[in-house]
Parts: sequence; C-alpha cells; structure tokens
Amino acid sequence: MESIEFVLNGKPVSIRRHPSARLLDVLREDFGLKGTKEGCGEGECGACAVLIDHRIVNSCCYPLAYARGKRITTIEGFAGTPRYEAIARAMGEEGGVQCGICTPGMIIAAESLLDENPKPSEEEIRVGLSGNLCRCTGYNMIVKAIRRAAKEGEGLW
Amino acid sequence: MVEHIVPATLAEALEAIADGKKEVIAGGTDLMVQRRKGAGRLPDFPDGLVYLFDLDELKYVRKTADALHIGAMTPLEELLKHPHVPNLLKTIIAEMASPALRRVATIAGNIANASPAGDSLIYLYLIDANVKLISASGERSLPIHEIITGPKTTCLTKQEIIVEITIPIHRFTHERFKKIGPRRSDAISKASFAAAAFIEEDIIRDFRVAFGAVSATVVRCKDIEETLKGTRVDALKEASRSIIERYASHIRPIDDQRSNKVYRKTVSTNLLADFIATL
Repeated sequence: MESIEFVLNGKPVSIRRHPSARLLDVLREDFGLKGTKEGCGEGECGACAVLIDHRIVNSCCYPLAYARGKRITTIEGFAGTPRYEAIARAMGEEGGVQCGICTPGMIIAAESLLDENPKPSEEEIRVGLSGNLCRCTGYNMIVKAIRRAAKEGEGLW
Repeated sequence: MVEHIVPATLAEALEAIADGKKEVIAGGTDLMVQRRKGAGRLPDFPDGLVYLFDLDELKYVRKTADALHIGAMTPLEELLKHPHVPNLLKTIIAEMASPALRRVATIAGNIANASPAGDSLIYLYLIDANVKLISASGERSLPIHEIITGPKTTCLTKQEIIVEITIPIHRFTHERFKKIGPRRSDAISKASFAAAAFIEEDIIRDFRVAFGAVSATVVRCKDIEETLKGTRVDALKEASRSIIERYASHIRPIDDQRSNKVYRKTVSTNLLADFIATL
C-alpha cells in the first residue's frame, strides 16, 4: 500500500492506509484527533467537519485518497489561534455551547465562513452553518456568537 | 486482488478502467455514504475503485459563443462563484447539499448517481445539456435524457468517464426554480420544479418546464412546450388549466419516506400554475 502524504495541523505527515478509508476514521484512529466527531456518518450533520485547504469539508464522506498534498486542519490544529479564541470566547458568552458534540464542527464552519467573508450578515451566517446540526441551542445563540466573534475579532479575518 | 487506483492524469484513469471491472468515484458525497460500513471500517467497493476528483484537467469552466463547458470534476461551490455560470444554475446549486458538501460534490456525480431527485439534473434537462463521455477507445457526447436511463441507472459503460457537461446558452426573460424539502441544507427534494420562458412583445417564444422527484427520471414534455410557442401571454394564462391537465398525466410520483404521491403531484402542478400566472 502506498503512503499518502499531507499536511495535518501544520505538520507534514505520511500514512499507509487504504485510499478508501474515511478521513474521519484516519483522523480519529490513526492520529488520535478525537475532536472531529461522527454524528450521522452521511454528510448531513457537520459534526465531522474539518478544514481542507482552509475550507469546510465533511470528513465522514471524504476518502483518504484525496488527502494527498492537501492542508488539513482539525479543531485541535485550529485551537489556540487568535481566530479560534475569538470564536470560542463568543460561543461561551452567547451560550452557543450546550452538550458540545456539534461545537467543533460549528467552529470549523464559522472559520470557513469568516475566512471567506469577514463581515457576514445574519443570513450569510445561517447559510454558512446550514450543513451543521445542533439539537440543543436552537441555533440562535450560535448565530449570535458568530456575529459577536466577527465584530469583536475584527481584523483577525 | 481488488485494485484501488489514484490516477495522476485522465489517461491513467482511462487505462485503469479499461478492464471494465472497476468503479469510479468523483467527490464521494453520494458513493462514500451509499457504501459505508460504519465507523472504523472501509466502505464497500468490491470491484476496485478509481479516484477521479483530484484530476485537475477536469476542473474548468470555459465559455464559447454558444455554450458553457464545465469540466466534470469542478466542485459545485466553484460553479456557485464563477462569473460565467448562469444565474438559474447558481440558484439551484445554492440549494443543493451544504457548503461543506459542495466543496467536493460535482454535477458529474449527480449525473452518474442518476437519482430522480438530483437537483442539478432538473436544470440539465431544462436547458438541453449535453454530456461528454470518454473511454480508452474514443468519446461520445449525448443529451442528458439519453445518459440517464432510469432511476439510479445511466448508459455509461464501466470503461467510460464523464469528462464534460455542455450547457447551451439561451436567452430567457423568466426563470424559476423551487425545491420542496424539509430543511434549508442537505435536504433530498420531495419535489422540485424548474421553468424558463422567453417572451418578446407578449408572444411566448420559448417555454420550458421540468419536474424533479415525480417520476422515474426528470419530466420534461417537449411536445407540450412546442404547442405553446407562438401563443400570446394572455392566451397562455387563459389556457393554464388545460396545460396543467396535459402535464398531469406525466407527473407520476411515488409514496416514499420523504413524501407521498398526492402531495408531490399537487405541489408540482401548483408550481406550474404559479409560473404561468406570473409570466
């Protein structure tokens, strides 16, 4: 089996794994990055979202074959950056986190959105989060949190 | 031995499938889900697989005098942002899947999956798109309604790859798309409706309508459309009820987990009535 090389959370990595393996399983099992969650396993809930070349992708339906040469960032790699801190602080202050299983995917979705569009309208935020399900908050607090992060973190994106 | 091949070029991909055994995969947003075996297990591709999504030579949008040519592996999200992509197609793509899935989902994948509810397909039928297929021994180009032969079935052989979608450029004065689904994103259509018309000095010059998720494939009735061309707008509106009756026999939805046939038929004919009323 050929090895597949890519950049994971800023570091070059190489792995020998079947090309059809779900990126989600490789991240969780081979690299121990458990912040990326499996929700539906069908691409509908967004709990497994990661950044590939800095855009949101669902890792549950992404074969490892396509990781070659890409820059992949999980919530662990994004944590600690000033952008992450701004989003995480706003999520805490607005009550955007309850049970927490959707939170890594929500933060990845927020980063993908703000990187493309640093001053999104409420509607644009709702579209940006539309592939991520949350069964606790009812979404309004998450939408508010992202508006707040965009405002308080102005200049970071 | 089951072979999984990640080709670097289209030529390598064609060579890899020349034995007629392996399957091909584009972005994987349908196939990886349909073949999944659960957490920690490999999805099921027992005949081998050739991975096409990263073939950069199939990622392009080119405009010529009379058509738009879309490379088969162009992600939907790029089409959404591309200046040459027609607005009606952008409206449809914006309602397909979610931002995350659109990064890897392709129109070619929607064609190969051939779901009667595939949202890009309704557009391809509406504007008479052509699909170009290539194999190691040659190429052929077919209209979308000949590519798709039934629910989940196409005329593609196992040695062929979809390489390009050709969208003829039309002039329309009126365009409409409506998707009926339970959620903004990631909803599989209960029903979908696309229509376009070109009206000049109150005369219908072009009139076309397509219905999704209400039959084995997308429904478009060119014979009905032809009879409506050349009529005046007010005459068309007066004839609305009889036009809908003519379409009704072609709208044959099923009951399934997403909706039922009564709802699907009612909403589809109502959408047609509304389109005619607002011309």
